[in-house]
Order: sequence, then structure tokens, then C-alpha cells
Amino acid sequence: MCLAIPGKVRKIFDDHTAEIEIGGIVKSASLDLIPQVVVGDYVLLHAGFAIEVIDQEKALEIFRAWEGKVD
Amino acid sequence: MRYVDEYRDKEIAQKILRQIKSISKKKINLMEVCGTHTVAIFRNGIRKILPTNINLISGPGCPVCVTPISYIDEIIALSREEDFIITTFGDMMKVPGSTSTLEKEKTDGTDIRIVYSTLDALKIAQDNSSKEIVFMGVGFETTSPTIASAILKAQKEKIKNFSVLSVAKIMPPAMKALLEGKEVNIDGFICPGHVSVIIGSKPYTFITTQHKIPCVICGFEPLDILQSIYMLVKQIEDGRAEVEIQYERAVKPEGNKIALDKINEVFKVADSDWRGIGNISLSGLEIKDKYEQFNARKFEVEIEETREPRGCRCGEVLRGAITPPECSLFRKICSPENPQGACMVSSEGTCAAYYKYN
Repeated sequence: MCLAIPGKVRKIFDDHTAEIEIGGIVKSASLDLIPQVVVGDYVLLHAGFAIEVIDQEKALEIFRAWEGKVD
Repeated sequence: MRYVDEYRDKEIAQKILRQIKSISKKKINLMEVCGTHTVAIFRNGIRKILPTNINLISGPGCPVCVTPISYIDEIIALSREEDFIITTFGDMMKVPGSTSTLEKEKTDGTDIRIVYSTLDALKIAQDNSSKEIVFMGVGFETTSPTIASAILKAQKEKIKNFSVLSVAKIMPPAMKALLEGKEVNIDGFICPGHVSVIIGSKPYTFITTQHKIPCVICGFEPLDILQSIYMLVKQIEDGRAEVEIQYERAVKPEGNKIALDKINEVFKVADSDWRGIGNISLSGLEIKDKYEQFNARKFEVEIEETREPRGCRCGEVLRGAITPPECSLFRKICSPENPQGACMVSSEGTCAAYYKYN
């Protein structure tokens, strides 16, 4: 039930809702819980609400940690 | 899909797995307390690829599964009232109450509607002003801010026929209850990623300081899960117990303050019944008196006497004390088509995951 899916913010409307693209499908979501969002951000979508912005720098750390690593 | 596909890289997964194997010496039990993790672990075959000294146990991480039967009976009683519409997430439809399910009630003609979001329930209220619209407030901290947000919106827009029957729950007190119950030996917690998006990392600190058990807040893709297991094994082998965040792209130590403020505005923390575990002190969210017009407990209905399904061992499964095949009903009379207990109903239930993937 705590499933949340990453999507890209395409448009933001005056009523704190946004159009979010998830794998080619566009969904509408409330921005009530993360009003600081801007177009182009990736957010986590849960039950019709964007709940957090994905930190694009920190998202790369797992690859930095393991890609060069020789066992 | 960005932020999904790259976390499924086989080469890196094998690299992490080799590292786990090389540093892991002790025989350990790691518990995941999120149903979405349970499904991700099974779907990706992670239990099968880990060294045999690392045992993964599923805990009480599925909100559908830990919802008491009496609550299902309560919402069914409300659904039978005249001019009521019940709105719910789809997962709740098949959960058995004492003598019925919402699905059966719907077939019998009561107005029960599946919604994707709390705001959809609010829209139904706006479109049906002569009816009472009750939303089933089931979920952990990931979902409770969306319930709070709907109540605040209802108040702002003066929607008077919308209310919530809350059994919203808080996860860390359940982890405390499991540790104090001492029924299962837990050496590390795979902490719930999306609950932690909201609450941050601090609420788990008591587990590392008082119980000396490592915690890692984990994402949901295979690389996330393997890296979290690596981090837990590393802590255990080093003799450390800290709360670490693996799912850093989404979880901040302080959580989502706006979401937490909304929860605190609308809800008060109260004792709560967990199916299989019992009453856990300060583990639930009740609607505050100032929002009582949005609390569906204002309606007085007669609720039938609770009857537990005979032979069902969901409770022990939820506590991690047994695995589903140890229950005599599993695969015999209990299946996703004919579930006896909630752990088989929910797609995130441990019994359903065992049934589908094992």
C-alpha cells in the first residue's frame, strides 16, 4: 500500500496540482505535500499525491559506489 | 523508466552480492517491515540468491493485513446505512470481516466505491451532497498525510458530508512491540522507504540505541535492497548499530516537514489494535476533536460480534513467528481466490507473496 512511483513533473497548475509523466502515461497529482516542486523535477507519486522530490545528485551515489569497484 | 530501470542493473547487483558473501560471517535474521519490500524481495528472487546464513523475515508491513476484523465489521455496518457511500482503496474490498466483505456487500447493493486517492473521495462527496461519504482511513505514515490533506481541504471548502473512519497506523511502535515480544530474533531492520520519506530517520533511533539493532532505510528496486542488505551485514559484522539511509534519493533525515505538519494538525496519536499483535501503545492516529465533524465515528452503528476465522495463523505470520507454509490452511483452503485471512488478500501480504512466488 506504500507504493510510490517516480515521475517527471510536466505542468503545474494554480490549484496546486500537476501533470506528472510516469513511463509515458500522464497522471494528475496534488502538490499539497511538496509545494516547492518545479517543472522538470522528478517526484514520487503515492495515491494521487506527490510526496517527495527525487534528489538527482544522491540518486547517482549507488553507481559511484559500485561501478568502479573491483572485487 | 528513469529512477527505476537503472536500479535493476544485473552487473552491479552481482557485484553487491559478491561483497555481501565476502563480508558476511554470522548467521542473521533481517526483517523487512514494509509490504512493498516483501513483494519486491520475492519478485526479484532476492531470498534465493543470498547466502544461506542470511535469513529474510517479513514483518507487519501491510496495512491491509494488520487492520483488525472489528474495523471491517464497523465499515460494513456503515455501508448498510441508508444514504451512505463508502470510499476505499481497492486493497480493502476482499478483506474478510466476521461474516462478510465489502465486495459481498457491494454485490448485495450497498454503494461502495474504489478510489485511487483521498481527493477522489472528496470529489464524490461534492457530487453527492445529499449522501454521507465515508473514506476508509487505512494506511501507514506514507498515506496518512494524504488523508489529513483531504480533511483540511474538506474544511476549507466547507464540504460537510465527508468523513474518515481512521485506523491509520504508525510503524516504529510496532517494531518496538516486536522487539519487546522477543518471539523472533531480529539482527537488523530493513526500514520502510516511503514511510521514511514522511517521518525521516530519527523515529528509528531507539532501535539502535536501546536495542542495539542496526537499521537501514531502503529503496524498492533490486540494487536498493541488495545495497541495504550489504549495509546491514556490514554494521552487524563491524559491531555497529546505526540508522543509515540507503534510499537517499528520496529520504531526508528530517522527513517531509509539510506532510508531518498536516498529520499533526489533523490527528492525535492514540493506542491502536494491530491484527496479530494486539493493542500497541501510541501506534495509531485518531482524528482530533477540532476536526470531529470529519470523523466517521460520530455515526452510531451497531457492529456485529467479532469472529476470527478458525485455524488462520495470520497473526503469527505478521509477527514473523512462522512462515505461511507452516499454517495448515495455506494452499489448502486459503488461496488468493478464497482468502481466509488478510495476509492472503492483499497483494502485499506475506501469504499472497509466498503463494505467488514460492
